[in-house]
Amino acid sequence: MKKMEVSTIEEGTVIDQIASKSTFKVANILKIQDINQVVLVGVNLSSKKLGKKGIIKIEGKSLTQEEVNKIALIAPDATLSIIENSEVARKFQVIIPDSIEGIGKCFNPNCVSNHQQVQSRFKVINKNPVKLRCHYCERRMGIDDIELV
Amino acid sequence: MRSLKDRDIISILDFTKEEISYVLDLSKRMEEEEHINLLKGKLLANLFFEPSTRTRLSFEVAMKRLGGEVIGFDELGTTSTVKGESLRDSVKIIEGYCDIIVLRHFLEGASRLTADSVSIPVINAGDGASQHPTQTFLDLYTIKNTKGVLEDLSVGFFGDLKYGRTAHSLAIALAQFNARMYFISPPSLRIPKDYLEELEARNVTYKEVESIYDVNEELDILYCTRIQKERFADPVEYEKVRGVYKLTKSVLDEIKVKSDFKILHPLPRVDEMDESLDSTNYAVYFQQAHSGVPVREALLGAVLGALQ
Repeated sequence: MKKMEVSTIEEGTVIDQIASKSTFKVANILKIQDINQVVLVGVNLSSKKLGKKGIIKIEGKSLTQEEVNKIALIAPDATLSIIENSEVARKFQVIIPDSIEGIGKCFNPNCVSNHQQVQSRFKVINKNPVKLRCHYCERRMGIDDIELV
Repeated sequence: MRSLKDRDIISILDFTKEEISYVLDLSKRMEEEEHINLLKGKLLANLFFEPSTRTRLSFEVAMKRLGGEVIGFDELGTTSTVKGESLRDSVKIIEGYCDIIVLRHFLEGASRLTADSVSIPVINAGDGASQHPTQTFLDLYTIKNTKGVLEDLSVGFFGDLKYGRTAHSLAIALAQFNARMYFISPPSLRIPKDYLEELEARNVTYKEVESIYDVNEELDILYCTRIQKERFADPVEYEKVRGVYKLTKSVLDEIKVKSDFKILHPLPRVDEMDESLDSTNYAVYFQQAHSGVPVREALLGAVLGALQ
């Protein structure tokens, strides 16, 4: 029998197939420190697809589309499973959106979005690897260039 | 083609090849014909949060030649920004006074933010090191006027290609016209990688070289930019570069150029381009500066719905 490396949850969401190094970025997006219910985080788990993967299981949480979009940019290979009665009710792969708002700060210190009360906005101009263009200053950047919020 | 009426002119990236050609054709019309009352009763607000005499004046001349009127300011000190007002609030108030906003700002993306905030058209007159689309249109207009075509040209970009935003925008625009590009600059002032990626995504043939003598093709156009002393931490480095990146008649005799070769420069120049070049058939930079008026007339007329 396959050994369960991270134990199960009853009702909630499992984010699997996260590249291991991105696991805590995804955890930050989901603000797991503010969640009162059970949260299980595993890193450096073996994965045929990624070599080493991360997994996050959150009891009692369903993700918003905005959260899913952000996860897709950080962890494009991630899968989401909706858990009901300890069973996988639905499972799907994240899809990288064409544009995104509020994921983080534009890396250009002279960009207007870093000086005025406006939410950052980016257009996704390349999906593999992820490349974004700031809606305001039009600078191109990778996801690692952005300070996530 | 999407109509230009009520469009914002923020970035050359927003324009298709067909739209660019349309603007250049309209500019030609504005240069050849008089349109004295075209914008009579229309009011332009020139909002210059940083100084730029020529761009501001050429917008003012363009609007007045078409019968319109101009209000505005040209220094930050006279605005409510110094009292802490946000850009969004400032422009939302000003849109109630006028029909079109022309904005120059020191922050990159300020024009896009303005366009998102108001319902009247906005023209970007330069924002930080980012876009200056009306300059790009007038550069393209000058090339088309002097070469007859925009397609399949061999174009050299010379000087400060790191900070020279006019060179970046022109390269992106010319990518739509199948140009072959040579980026001639010292290693410390090379064109940023993200612009090269933009060109690669558009399948542009380009080469980066350190000397104009390394360009192995006859050039149609050389687009010169000013090398600014303040970009160098070490004044000795600046002096070295300044000597090498100086264009003179004798340099032109030694490199490969076509018989109808032309030199453009967004001006002002310092000493990267010798005055002895001014009297040659190659020099079109003063003509280029004067093109600012018909090009801005065309854009104002089209955006305000007076030109079809």
